[in-house]
Amino acid sequence: MLNKYPMWKNIMVLLVITIGAFYAIPNLFGEDHAVQVVATRGAEVTTSTLTSVNGILESKGIAVKRAELEDGQLIVRVQDAEQQLLAREAIAESLGDKYTVALNLAPATPEWLEAMGGSPMKLGLDLRGGVHFLMEVDMGEAIRKMEEAKIADFRSQLREEKIRYAGVRKTAKGLEIKFRDADNLAKAERYLKSLSNEMVFTDGSVGENYALYASMSEDYLRQIKEEALQQNITTIRNRVNELGVAEPVVQRQGSQRIIVQLPGVQDTARAKEILGATASIEFRMVDDKVDQAAAANGRVPASSEVFPRRSGGIAVLKKEVMLTGDHITGAQPSFDEYSRPQVSINLDAKGGNIFSNVTKDNIGNPMATLFIEYKDSGQRNPDGTVKMTKIEEVISVATIQARLGRNFVINGLDHSEAQSLALLLRAGALIAPVTIVEERTIGPSLGKENIENGKLAMIWGMVVVLIFMLVYYRAFGVIANLALTANLVMVVGVMSMIPGAVLTLPGIAGMVLTVGMAVDGNVLIFERIREELLAGRSVQQAIHEGYANAFSTIADANITTFMTALILFAVGTGAVKGFAVTLMIGIATSMFTSIVGTRVIVNLMWGGKRVKKLSI
Amino acid sequence: MLQIFSVNKTINFLKHAMPISILSMVLVIASLASLGIKGINWGLDFTGGTVVELEFSKPVDLIELRGQLNTEESDGAVVQNFGSSRDVLIRLPVLEDLKSDDQVNAVMKGAQAIDSSVIQKRVEFVGPQVGKELAEQGGLAVIVALICILIYVSFRFEWRLAMGSVAALAHDVIVTLGVFSILQLEFDLTVLAGLLTVVGYSLNDTIVVYDRVRENFLKMRKGGPVEVVNKSITQTMSRTIITTGTTLVVVIALFLKGGTMIHGFATALLCGIFVGTYSSIYVASFLAVKLGICREHMMPVEIEKEGADQDAVMP
Repeated sequence: MLNKYPMWKNIMVLLVITIGAFYAIPNLFGEDHAVQVVATRGAEVTTSTLTSVNGILESKGIAVKRAELEDGQLIVRVQDAEQQLLAREAIAESLGDKYTVALNLAPATPEWLEAMGGSPMKLGLDLRGGVHFLMEVDMGEAIRKMEEAKIADFRSQLREEKIRYAGVRKTAKGLEIKFRDADNLAKAERYLKSLSNEMVFTDGSVGENYALYASMSEDYLRQIKEEALQQNITTIRNRVNELGVAEPVVQRQGSQRIIVQLPGVQDTARAKEILGATASIEFRMVDDKVDQAAAANGRVPASSEVFPRRSGGIAVLKKEVMLTGDHITGAQPSFDEYSRPQVSINLDAKGGNIFSNVTKDNIGNPMATLFIEYKDSGQRNPDGTVKMTKIEEVISVATIQARLGRNFVINGLDHSEAQSLALLLRAGALIAPVTIVEERTIGPSLGKENIENGKLAMIWGMVVVLIFMLVYYRAFGVIANLALTANLVMVVGVMSMIPGAVLTLPGIAGMVLTVGMAVDGNVLIFERIREELLAGRSVQQAIHEGYANAFSTIADANITTFMTALILFAVGTGAVKGFAVTLMIGIATSMFTSIVGTRVIVNLMWGGKRVKKLSI
Repeated sequence: MLQIFSVNKTINFLKHAMPISILSMVLVIASLASLGIKGINWGLDFTGGTVVELEFSKPVDLIELRGQLNTEESDGAVVQNFGSSRDVLIRLPVLEDLKSDDQVNAVMKGAQAIDSSVIQKRVEFVGPQVGKELAEQGGLAVIVALICILIYVSFRFEWRLAMGSVAALAHDVIVTLGVFSILQLEFDLTVLAGLLTVVGYSLNDTIVVYDRVRENFLKMRKGGPVEVVNKSITQTMSRTIITTGTTLVVVIALFLKGGTMIHGFATALLCGIFVGTYSSIYVASFLAVKLGICREHMMPVEIEKEGADQDAVMP
């Protein structure tokens, strides 16, 4: 029998459309004003936090709609914007600075729907308002740091092995190790090669000048860059959390860039200050054998450097860095038994090992904490990148009293210094400086306007198309219109279901465009059916042939469009990606609804019956 | 049966192919010439720089505003209305030794001198090196898209048809770019997205005609390539008119109601749809005929097996 679908096929179509519609529903509920509580380092949001927050709000007379723990953060929903502000103030005041309390808009999806995984589409910054930064990591600096570390390594390794060398320095040809004779050079080459296989060694001796050159292998360079990027992402994420922004985005883009999106933030100056503060800490030994007066004139051994002290004067430090801030996992300001301010530091396991070895050998010697900061100089390089100035200061010098492990304290600071050092260390240090290469701020009112415009365009386009199809194809027009509506609902449903999909302004344009292009499938089919009818086929034959013949055309046409969408997705960023995603989803759903979806209805209405005339 | 386009006779579309192709050629040359001489008015996304969008509480006199922006920081500012007479868009070039923040502050100071309740709706800064990369990526995207399509169509149809479709696509892209160049419309990221959509859309049209051409070569036992192509175009004409019509309607809705930020996108699509629709006939099909497409080329393709395939997918 022609034009009969088996029951399972009908049910499948119904099921797919129902699921699509079901996941589109959350978009109807809008959003609740909410307050978000996130724990910063050292604290945790637990059920007891929840109870205490509830208690605080109750005592202030603020009605809570719903308060719940979600992925380690607390979301408290309140009635309106006014209550939201009051609630934030009250919570922030009583919880203290271990928690970040931020304003948020939480989807007002009913609990039962949320329990089934329903959530509304995520809106892009252009629809919500906020700031977007694209930051670039200065890889040159990351590599320079590694080279310095390598130089120090070579020195100590050669010394330990008692191989005599004349000097180690950085040259244009790589790291250069000079020797007085070929014998030592050969020994050193063999030994160093066995220790560091990430370096490439070449003998660069010319005549009586014995020199060994070491340069980083491609793999190692790649690894350094990768680590620098990852480390910076983690640090920036920590800093963004300190900002107290709801639903921030920190993502890598490409090999050396990081995207930061802060919805709802309008104060870009503060955001930049915190994100861009590329500060780090180094621990170095003090070179106390140098005459202070000579040092003031810059006369120090090649293995030492002069730095200014924050408290005034200078300090001479060994070039070798004992430990960098990368290994610090926690820092809290506290007081010692004489009520003097200090900062308690926690290190990660690797840092703990390094530190314990270093301090064991240096008991009784003074150790300095060097603070390094990169600041935007306000000037640009000719290629448009921001010129950075480097600020280095010794913030404290303390004598090592005993072998230190993973937990120790830094003292010799005043109260406010201890506070700010702890905050800085907690936020983590950036391994290499970052610069902002792109910045976009969208006002919240503009975001709303964009949504309104998009909706309006969609409604206008949709209405005209629906009316046309109805008039032109009559009964079949009704079916096409059902398919078109189902298609739109499914696009929204799929967009809501995919966790990474974000609706942007061009995304809305993509949806609108889908409305126009989705009818193409139906038009192709219906025109074919008309043709077959005109050619004198029976109604059943015409329907069958119409669908069959149009199929390959629709498939070819859609696959090619899908290909261009895929390319757009691959090369595009932000808004263009958003457009590509909606277009791809639109193509998939419109193929489904226009080919299979309409067929179900057509089959049910006319299939397998004696029909004389078709309303098409 | 309501019909917009109804003919029982085959229309000889290709009769006018020569003069129209020449016209097309002229359009392409004019576009290329304009691209060479006037170039493209690259938007912020590609050039780098700073854009500030302001909303004044009352209609603002642009000349007065320009007069206010004469500081060192706001040097070279382009001031224009954006949507309404109260909305103003200011573009600032990347200046050496200056921070974008200072530029924005200078602009705000100037604007506040005219209207104290001016609102800063949007600020965008893009570094020049990011823009350069984007331009390279954008060009690459179009080329990769064209190559992928060439491969797909060659595989699914025949190389002469593939050449025709790619020529038609290149034609559409060049002419749309030409329109942007001649009118000096701003070319930003959304326009690039629009351009790639044009590629997809115009290909849609071409494929629909080609599909018919392939089918008709197998069905029609007599008639040369010209007749087959003419017949195919005639048969698909009413579909082309309807789909182009509905898509145009929504694109016009986007153009009029979609807001200023997607104006460029809508403009690109608007001219792309016009150009794309006629190029599927007068560039794609005509070129395939000129390259000597004939029945034999269609024979080896496993059409029959494909028919069986379809039944399995959707009987």
